[in-house]
Amino acid sequence: MSDQSIIDYILHLGDNALVLGHRNSEWTGHGPILEQDIALSNIALDLIGQARYYYQYASRCINAADGASRPFPGHEALTEDVLAYHRDAWDFRNCLLVEQSNGHWGKTVLRQFFFSAWQFELYGALRHSRDSQLAAIAAKSLKEVTYHLRWSGEWVIRLGDGTEESHTRMEEALGDLWKYTGELFVPADYEKPLALSGVAVDLATIRPAWELKVGEVLEAAGLERKEGEWMQKGGKQGKHTEALGYLLAEMQFLQRAYPGCEW
Amino acid sequence: MSTFVQITVLMSSAIETGFQEKIDQDIRIEPRDWMPEAYRKTLIRQISQHAHSEIVGMLPEANWITRAPTLKRKATLIAKVQDEAGHGLYLYSSAETLGVSREEMIDQLHQGKAKYSSIFNYPTLTWADMGAIGWLVDGAAIMNQVPLCRASYGPYARAMVRICREESFHQRQGFEILLVLSKGNEAQRRMCQDAIDRWWWPSVMMFGPNDDASPHTAQSMRWKIKRFTNDELRQRFVDVCAGQVKLLGMHLPDPDLVWNEARQHYDFGPIDWNEFREVINGNGPCNKERLAARVKAHADGAWVREAALAHAQKNSIREKAA
Repeated sequence: MSDQSIIDYILHLGDNALVLGHRNSEWTGHGPILEQDIALSNIALDLIGQARYYYQYASRCINAADGASRPFPGHEALTEDVLAYHRDAWDFRNCLLVEQSNGHWGKTVLRQFFFSAWQFELYGALRHSRDSQLAAIAAKSLKEVTYHLRWSGEWVIRLGDGTEESHTRMEEALGDLWKYTGELFVPADYEKPLALSGVAVDLATIRPAWELKVGEVLEAAGLERKEGEWMQKGGKQGKHTEALGYLLAEMQFLQRAYPGCEW
Repeated sequence: MSTFVQITVLMSSAIETGFQEKIDQDIRIEPRDWMPEAYRKTLIRQISQHAHSEIVGMLPEANWITRAPTLKRKATLIAKVQDEAGHGLYLYSSAETLGVSREEMIDQLHQGKAKYSSIFNYPTLTWADMGAIGWLVDGAAIMNQVPLCRASYGPYARAMVRICREESFHQRQGFEILLVLSKGNEAQRRMCQDAIDRWWWPSVMMFGPNDDASPHTAQSMRWKIKRFTNDELRQRFVDVCAGQVKLLGMHLPDPDLVWNEARQHYDFGPIDWNEFREVINGNGPCNKERLAARVKAHADGAWVREAALAHAQKNSIREKAA
């Protein structure tokens, strides 16, 4: 296990949270009803908060590393904002699922549900990580994720069951997103040694619980999951869909246009 | 006049006198209390306009959430816009106690029949606008709103207490954004001054027309919905901002702004009421875009609301059958 592995793993967890938080925040002010605008903005806030914990931890690890092997040279002291605003897409380690465009409300809540069901199981296990920082972040965030999962699951059921139109839209959303769920359980190179040493979560161990939860909710929603469909992957290793570049271009604009400023 | 009509007239004038006596004694009017129809209408107009302003007001700031320059700023801005949605909710609820539904109010907004604060028809062009909106726009709103915590109508006054608490927090955040920019490099200082230049006069106009041109002020003050006149509040705002802008090392874009020792107030230049009227009448830089964004969010969400309702109905049928 190298320093780089743990840094990549922390960034993977942080990037997932930031990118999905950013996507959700695109809805702020544009939700279908005020109460739900507030709810999704809340989830965005929770996720961005999680991302900050991970980036702060990753910067401490990187700043403590030796000069020669230190990633992201050129930044004397790394901060959460350098990690969020000064990396290009190939350095982001998030799953492809979270960078997918919002689409309609149904696609957004289904994306959230797939992710929260995964994050719920992941954090449940990560609480017992041998890395005390990761364990603490997971324990703190699990309360939030429990709510995200309940909220998004209820919406998937509501829309799948609601009207003919909502059902059709949810089928479309499922068609768009299902192929990005496989990657949630494919360990990246940096993840495998960490899982063996009890720092990272062994993804195979949390898959059955995710499958069960997703199966229950989709069934209650009257939606049929696709079997044997090809699964896209690559995000965890820095190979993203085209969507991420635009997201970063927008998010990083000020830091890039006015480098070295305090905000 | 028949005896019956005479008695009715006498009774209703006695009730009306009783109502005004309560107001004069600072006793709160509550939803079940009798109130003159004009009082109810005035409140519905004012509270719904205020609620719409919160909701439309989310848009210019949401415009910068995805471009906020740091994670902390991003989180703070989301939380702020979310607070505004919350304010909209309390205000719609408080207007609903007067017998109008949220749907009706939103329909009126979307049909262009209800107004909202004109300030939100100006564009947010740089990050510094997030600071200027907090400092000036929220600052002006607080001047207007703090006295409303003592408004005679209970549900409105209580909503305003909570809103004012959050708004004053927003104002400090906004000023702090500008303070950081004012200490930054040349581009950031330029950004800061430019935002103050663009937001100053529209903020001064937020207090509404001069007292002699404000048709509702006198009655609203008798009913203690309003406690100070537009010009009194505007003067207070100018006085406060003229002092605060010095802390930023910036200036307000008004060559006539000067301390008047005799009045113990700042004198300030003429307001461009023509611009004020044009923006109110739909010709501001973003009127069409703001309303279109609200209409689109509502229309795009129609299938979601219908589905939620249909699911709830199906559930209740299933529960009965079980």
